[in-house]
Amino acid sequence: MERTNSRTQLVIHLFFVVVSAVCLLPFFLLVTSSITDESEIIRNGYTLFPKHISFAAYEYLLNDASAILRAYGNTFVATVIGTSVSLLIITMLAYPLSRRDFPWRKSLSFFVFFTMLFNGGLVPTYFVYTQVFDLKNTLLALIVPYLLLNGFYVLLARTFFANTIPMEIIESAYIDGAGEFRIFWRIILPLSLPILATVGLFQLINYWNDWFNSLIFITDRKLFNLQYLLNKILLDIQFLSTSDLGGNQAEMIAALPKEGVRMAMAVIGVVPILIAYPFFQRFFIQGLTVGAVKG
Amino acid sequence: MEQTVDAPKYAFPKSTLRRFRWIRRYGVLILMILPGVIYLLINNYLPMLGIIIAFKDVNYAKGILQSDWIGFKNFEFLFRTNDAYIITRNTILYNITFIVLHVIAAVTLAVLLNELKNRFLARFYQSVVLLPYLISAVIIGYLVFSLLSVETGIMNKKILPMLGLGEISWYTETKYWPYILTMVSVWKTAGHLCVIFLAAIVGIDKEYFEAATIDGASRWQQIRSITIPLITPVITIMTLLAIGRIFHSDFGLFYQVPLDSGPLLPVTNVIDTYVYRSLLTLGDIGMSSAAGVYQSVVGFLLVLISNYIVRKINSDNALF
Repeated sequence: MERTNSRTQLVIHLFFVVVSAVCLLPFFLLVTSSITDESEIIRNGYTLFPKHISFAAYEYLLNDASAILRAYGNTFVATVIGTSVSLLIITMLAYPLSRRDFPWRKSLSFFVFFTMLFNGGLVPTYFVYTQVFDLKNTLLALIVPYLLLNGFYVLLARTFFANTIPMEIIESAYIDGAGEFRIFWRIILPLSLPILATVGLFQLINYWNDWFNSLIFITDRKLFNLQYLLNKILLDIQFLSTSDLGGNQAEMIAALPKEGVRMAMAVIGVVPILIAYPFFQRFFIQGLTVGAVKG
Repeated sequence: MEQTVDAPKYAFPKSTLRRFRWIRRYGVLILMILPGVIYLLINNYLPMLGIIIAFKDVNYAKGILQSDWIGFKNFEFLFRTNDAYIITRNTILYNITFIVLHVIAAVTLAVLLNELKNRFLARFYQSVVLLPYLISAVIIGYLVFSLLSVETGIMNKKILPMLGLGEISWYTETKYWPYILTMVSVWKTAGHLCVIFLAAIVGIDKEYFEAATIDGASRWQQIRSITIPLITPVITIMTLLAIGRIFHSDFGLFYQVPLDSGPLLPVTNVIDTYVYRSLLTLGDIGMSSAAGVYQSVVGFLLVLISNYIVRKINSDNALF
């Protein structure tokens, strides 16, 4: 390790400064564009260094954007409920599968694993959710399809339980009179915080970033989630103007700082992740490396 | 991991009293797995049976199960179109390009990160290159739009004028998109693979490097003869896993980033987007279900084949 001289180090650092800039600058551009004066955007385009700063886009969003608040709410509800229920179902399925003494452990593990190999695809899934179960245009359609996705997280959790929790603990708790669910709830889960954090984090991000379920299952704009609303607005800024504004629509559309609002919306959609990222990136990196190791 | 179990102790017992105890104990565990099992039955297994839709002429009035069987007609229609060729070509060519470039970019990043002496900055860079992986496709669509927007984008307003070039109508010109999508894909994914490769590099026994240093090997020689060979198994596995998914693509990348632009379809339409559009924008159930089954079945075979190869190379790394 000692041979790498300081000039090589400097070159590598320079390389990573460039790489980091490529990764981060688009986000800065998003933010600076959202606070650039509308007329400047129209004249000169988006810019990293706005000459005239204006918060008109955010003011507009604060005052007029019930659609955005509702979409935020939908995403929030789906994320909170989805992540918690998903964690519960995943661990309750994974724990018995991790127990060497559990009957049918092998066949059930295969039952879970097979979902990772083969799936029916979009069309049958769509019909199951819309025809067999009437979930189209319900909030459940934003939650249910992502609860387990497939067996991957289950197998991840199963491997964790099997490798970290000694059977002796379970046996002795059982002999002391604890029932199986009590053992799971009081002993296993508290010992498994790392895997709960990892799977929870992945699911949190899956739900927060979701637009696909809205695209497929939702046509009622009251139920759009945040990312999907953002998508609609990017495709057509008029969408925002026609959806929610009462009063004199034409006048309001004319006054709308379109380009800025567009970018401000995206900032609002991505900011929670950008703010939280420094705190959770360590767990996330751990989770990715765990996931790469075979279960 | 798969230690042998003294099965008799846990098997369903013969005497009534023991049976009662057995049920009291394992019954709870069985209740615990029920929600997950039922979920997988509905969300995953029921749609697997649903591939029969592709062999039917779906008629809502009759209901899906009662619709007429038409054998392989839907597939005949699909493969007679030019679309079948285009979406297969796009899916496979993009995926091959992505696989190669992702690995090259991620290995480069991981090796260089490992060379850095300043561990704090190395961790910082790693977090930064991973960030794009967490961003939704919609937001990535916005980021690309801020660069490529015809009236206000950085490319048309700043960079092209600086180079003395005229404006480009990015969202209607097909010829740029293979490059744009590839760059976006590398930007988004390289950090993720880099984390996995870096973990493998950090896991290499330091003694190899110490011995090599004593023998006078340069850093570059060490990278070439120690680091790369020792992480090759991980690279192989990640590559084969990706090959197993070569018939599937990142829907968001191909749908959101080009903003669902019609003129770009010849270079942005992949199997996933085709299935979606046929089903929900065109309402052509026959075509979309046929394309979906084509994807599921070929994709399944590819997973089996690539897993078979992984097992030949190193059975520890095989999926099954």
